[in-house]
Amino acid sequence: MSALQANARDTGQVMLKVVYALIPAVLAHYWLFGWGIVLNVALAAIFALGFEALSLLARGRDPRHTLIDNSALLSGVLLAIALPPMSQWWLLLVGTFFTIVVAKQLYGGLGFNPFNPAMVGYVVLLISFPVDMTHWLPPIALRGESLSLIDALSYVFGGQLPNGMQLDALTMATPLDVIRTQIGLHHTVGEAMSSSPVFGLFGGKQWEIFNGLILLGGLWMVWAKVIRWHIPVAVLGTLMLVALSFHLYDADRFAGPLFHLFSGGAIFGAFFIATDPVSAATSDRGRLIFGFGVGLLEYIIRVFGGYPDGIAFSVLLMNMAAPTIDYYTKPRTFGHGAKE
Amino acid sequence: MSRTLHTFHGGLHLPDQKALSNGAAIRQGPLPAQLIVPLQQHIGAPAQVAVQVGDKVLKGQLIGEAGGMVSAPVHAPSSGTVSAIGPHAVPHPSGLDALCITIVTDGDESWCELHPLENPWEADPVELRAKVREAGIVGLGGAGFPSHVKLNPGARTAVDTLLLNGAECEPYITCDDRLMRERADEILLGARLMRRAINAGECVIAIEDNKPEAIAALHEAKRAAGRLCDIEIVTVPTRYPTGGEKQLIRVVTGKEVRSGGLPIEIGVVCHNVATAAAVYRAIVHGEPLISRVVTVTGEVGTPGNIQALIGTPVGELLAACGGAKSSASRLLMGGPMMGLPLTRTDLPLVKTGNCLLELPAEAHHTPKPCIRCGECMAACPANLLPQQLYWYARAKDFDKAQDYNLFDCIECGCCNAVCPSEIPLVSYYRFAKTAIWGQERERKKADKARERHEFREFRKEREKQERAEALAKKKAALDTDALKKKLAEEKAAAEGGTAEGATPAVDPKQAAIQAALERAKAKKAAAQPKNTDHLTADQQRQIDEAEERRAAAKALADDSQTPEGSA
Ligand code: SF4
Ligand code: SF4
Repeated sequence: MSALQANARDTGQVMLKVVYALIPAVLAHYWLFGWGIVLNVALAAIFALGFEALSLLARGRDPRHTLIDNSALLSGVLLAIALPPMSQWWLLLVGTFFTIVVAKQLYGGLGFNPFNPAMVGYVVLLISFPVDMTHWLPPIALRGESLSLIDALSYVFGGQLPNGMQLDALTMATPLDVIRTQIGLHHTVGEAMSSSPVFGLFGGKQWEIFNGLILLGGLWMVWAKVIRWHIPVAVLGTLMLVALSFHLYDADRFAGPLFHLFSGGAIFGAFFIATDPVSAATSDRGRLIFGFGVGLLEYIIRVFGGYPDGIAFSVLLMNMAAPTIDYYTKPRTFGHGAKE
Repeated sequence: MSRTLHTFHGGLHLPDQKALSNGAAIRQGPLPAQLIVPLQQHIGAPAQVAVQVGDKVLKGQLIGEAGGMVSAPVHAPSSGTVSAIGPHAVPHPSGLDALCITIVTDGDESWCELHPLENPWEADPVELRAKVREAGIVGLGGAGFPSHVKLNPGARTAVDTLLLNGAECEPYITCDDRLMRERADEILLGARLMRRAINAGECVIAIEDNKPEAIAALHEAKRAAGRLCDIEIVTVPTRYPTGGEKQLIRVVTGKEVRSGGLPIEIGVVCHNVATAAAVYRAIVHGEPLISRVVTVTGEVGTPGNIQALIGTPVGELLAACGGAKSSASRLLMGGPMMGLPLTRTDLPLVKTGNCLLELPAEAHHTPKPCIRCGECMAACPANLLPQQLYWYARAKDFDKAQDYNLFDCIECGCCNAVCPSEIPLVSYYRFAKTAIWGQERERKKADKARERHEFREFRKEREKQERAEALAKKKAALDTDALKKKLAEEKAAAEGGTAEGATPAVDPKQAAIQAALERAKAKKAAAQPKNTDHLTADQQRQIDEAEERRAAAKALADDSQTPEGSA
């Protein structure tokens, strides 16, 4: 029709900007933790684009038109960051397969997926390969030795570490794990945090830096109008508020809000995962409710549930609720009385 | 005097492109060899032909009489001879021909006798309205609703606010801007006459702040008119679509017109500034509406504003402005947001034609899937969820689309303009609206058919019964005399009963028919769709327009199934 384009934006650009927003954090991660994340991102991106192109061909579409919307690239990168760095190639392959082919293309492609694709891939891996999903390498500073790119590659593709090293010897429990285990052993949060070297100022050591850069990237996206503020604010606000309430109730058993904010994938999830517009609620009010739900569930799963971090499950659960939220949060149309 | 302004949700700041054409004074348009005057240039019933082929007509002479209460007459824009009365292509979304009167002009421009209203300032509202009606004035802002109807407050004895719309919010269009700059006095006089006709408590002219010269000119004219001119000139922020009737009322008065309702319900009457000027000319000079100012702009040689005769072929208006440049690729009547695409240049200028816009070719992008980013929602002045409307329109789930208030969409195009996936959203809404009206019509037809069918069934049943009764009677007649006698007695009694009653008892057949009909009616009423009963005239117009857009829109929808449709 007579559209006068007022926007310089284009869906492909929007997706790409989300990827850009992740670059500083990924670089910092490489700096602090080694090659793992770079390999994750590179492999997942390649697999994701490959699967996207194959599914489009299988569905009789021209992949050239659709690949430029960059959504497959983004999903792949998001999955790569959610997974433990230096995941083996087959793990990434299975993860991207579920992300792209099952969660997205089988539902009809971009715009039709009811669930966050990257989180579907993540959860499938978490359930099918729980052990591999706990191989979190601690920061270089803590393990004293750094794996070269060759070492990392040989592990990712061959499952072998040099000199007969065992991966288990290298990995370390994440801060969230430590807290959970120690609390389970009836230690206080304070005791738990002093018992292990993985803790930093208020979250995981060096994870704080990574998460800080993720936060900056997220804020930049809000500023650049790539995403709207409602979901991240609601997710993190709820998470911190609930954490604060429990912390005030019993500081020995419940870690404080800053710990929760800077541990695990809270910030990443709030800005980059829960904001996936396709599978989230769509109106402003709906997004606040959606974010509230994600934040609340995330805390519950972290603290009371069986998994160390809850972002994936809470987002997927809220994805299920999104259509209902949408229905009940329709804005008041112009000219319709306050009641309706 | 300062007034608190209000806001509405959404809206856009668009590059206004008005500098192209707002610098040049209004020029007199060409006198074409032929004028093609459509009988329907307004919402409502078409005008009735009042001349014959071969008739000589004078400039301003009535050639089509108003075809009803909501209708407007048409007049000869210039003197000449009626050369044809018949279907001709007109600017209409359907692209269909409509009845037009063609006049071969004689170049004399000789006026018929005009009848201004004597003492307009003492005339009563009925007289003023009659004059406006006689002059064939319709809303010149684009809607084309007959103005005399809007100047009739109906059951109300007074309205609170007469609001004159000088917002001119669509990019490129400058005809009202120029009119306000050059004929501010006429607009103010027209406003005062209109105010008199509806006995409005206050009169406000609202202008977007991107037209400082027009605002200054109106203030100047107001000063010159002195104390008598108690009209408030209000500057409103520039934001598309502030010029939408409901949006402007909201901005200026803070009141919200009910969905599907009319401004008069909240005590507001809204007219375009150009309409006010036309009202002035009609009442004080007796001139019917035979010409208007039209902006010719975009990719044309010398963009400008032209005082053009109604019925002038648009090609001649383009030629008068240096013709379309080679870069031009799409011609619109109206602005870039809501304008009507024209595919040929022999179409006549109509009363509602405020702009002829030649747009350059646009890079064509294939729409991407909706990512539900919500940009459209943020821009929607009706506060709808365009992404949901799109989803349901596309899935042809029309009930859901109506749940999301599809019919409150004003088709302003804001959502289209911001969508990063470049989805032609408005086309989908038009398609859905048309499809719903189509279903509605089908159902009405089906209801009629069912009514007929039910009646036929009922009659068959009745005949069967009658036959059975007759058979029984015959049989009875063959029986004993006693029985016969008894029957005769009964019959007599029945007849006696009938004769006695003051009103004859209802014939049982009639009663049954009646009952069947009422049942059918009740069923029909129960099956009314939401949101489409009590259509306003405006919606009715949309129905008519959209009806024919249907085919095109459908093609589009089918098309769009391809990019990301079925798995
Ligand atoms: S702007 Fe376009 S892509 Fe975004 S939600 Fe609206 S229709 Fe979908
Ligand atoms: S065209 Fe309709 S849905 Fe789109 S912005 Fe305008 S009113 Fe809202």
